[in-house]
Amino acid sequence: MGEMIKMVVVLTVLSVISGGGLSWLKDFTAPKIENQVMNLVKGPAIRQMLKDADNDPVADRFKIQDGDVERTIFVGVFGEKPDTVVIESSANGFADKVGLVVAINMANDTLRGMAVTTSKETPGLGARAKDDPAFAAQFAGKPLTIPVKVTQDGGTINALSGATITSRGVCVGVTKAIETYNHLKPQLEEKIKSMGK
Amino acid sequence: MAKSLVAEFTKGLWKEVPPFRLVLGLCPTLGVTTSMKNGIGMGLATTFVLVCSNILVALLRKVIPSKVRIACFIIIIATFVIVVEQLMQAYAYTLFIDLGVFIPLIVVNCIVLGRAEAFASKNGVVFSTADGLGIGIGYTCALAVLGAIRELLGTGGLKGDVFGLLPYSFPNLFGASFEPFGFAVQAPGAFVALGLMLCAMNLIPSK
Repeated sequence: MGEMIKMVVVLTVLSVISGGGLSWLKDFTAPKIENQVMNLVKGPAIRQMLKDADNDPVADRFKIQDGDVERTIFVGVFGEKPDTVVIESSANGFADKVGLVVAINMANDTLRGMAVTTSKETPGLGARAKDDPAFAAQFAGKPLTIPVKVTQDGGTINALSGATITSRGVCVGVTKAIETYNHLKPQLEEKIKSMGK
Repeated sequence: MAKSLVAEFTKGLWKEVPPFRLVLGLCPTLGVTTSMKNGIGMGLATTFVLVCSNILVALLRKVIPSKVRIACFIIIIATFVIVVEQLMQAYAYTLFIDLGVFIPLIVVNCIVLGRAEAFASKNGVVFSTADGLGIGIGYTCALAVLGAIRELLGTGGLKGDVFGLLPYSFPNLFGASFEPFGFAVQAPGAFVALGLMLCAMNLIPSK
């Protein structure tokens, strides 16, 4: 009986110490990991998309509460006016979730660009959504009022040949980002004004 | 314990170097050695886990009941693996992406559990630390050598850094006309390179 209790006690104490230590470590490293992801995963895509911006959109980011979720918004300054917001979004692709960022010009409600940040799509087919600049370029300049769809579904985006599912997924992701933008717009405008740029 | 501290440390460097002499821990050995940089990163991560878990197991060896020792070792090892994983994400993110699933897989690396069970649970803290360091450094060197061979053949040069420090770059060591031997950095190349290394190690007697 004594041995039994000892086993339970030792295992419990070990687990508690380990769990507590790890949760402290997670809190400690979380901001650093977020910075790394910003700089190395999302950063290049966002900077490429807004390469004419006068600021560093990755540095000028803020968080906004949208219902239960906290969203990170990146701001692009063009001609001294912070008129572009970048919203993150994701949608189901062919293999897994496709993560993307969508830049929206707030001055005239048009898309300024789209870039895929994370994807596990097939190399040479769906992965071109990330690698082929011509596909991403199609999104730039489109007004938000037109539904974002591939041509097969009656839209205006030419799907990647051999990767219709990925292309549709990207369109869904962009649509989601536009929806987010539409209902957050008042908050976004206020926030950007308060940034004083 | 008649053996000296130095002997415990140095046995891991040559006589019991894990992948080549003990033929242990082969999964990451084959998986991550596409470049010297990845080999060193993986080796150092494993060394950290090995030393920390050896120290803790040696400290707690009288407290841990023998019936649940394996469970206790695994809790200790898993904790340190998560520590490494988190720290690597925070400070060496690109390396973390390159090594991918092999970092969490250090948990099931038989070298770590093997040293805890076979050595640290029977020896004192100082000896266990020396043992962990020796085996870990030996493992790192083995991965670095294997990675260097594959990277040299596969790309014709060596390029990288150690955790963002000590950058090194030796492009085109075989001259400009060298045609990269792509097979070496692919998965089958790992088996062939490891086989040749094992063969070379066996030609040299261990004692």
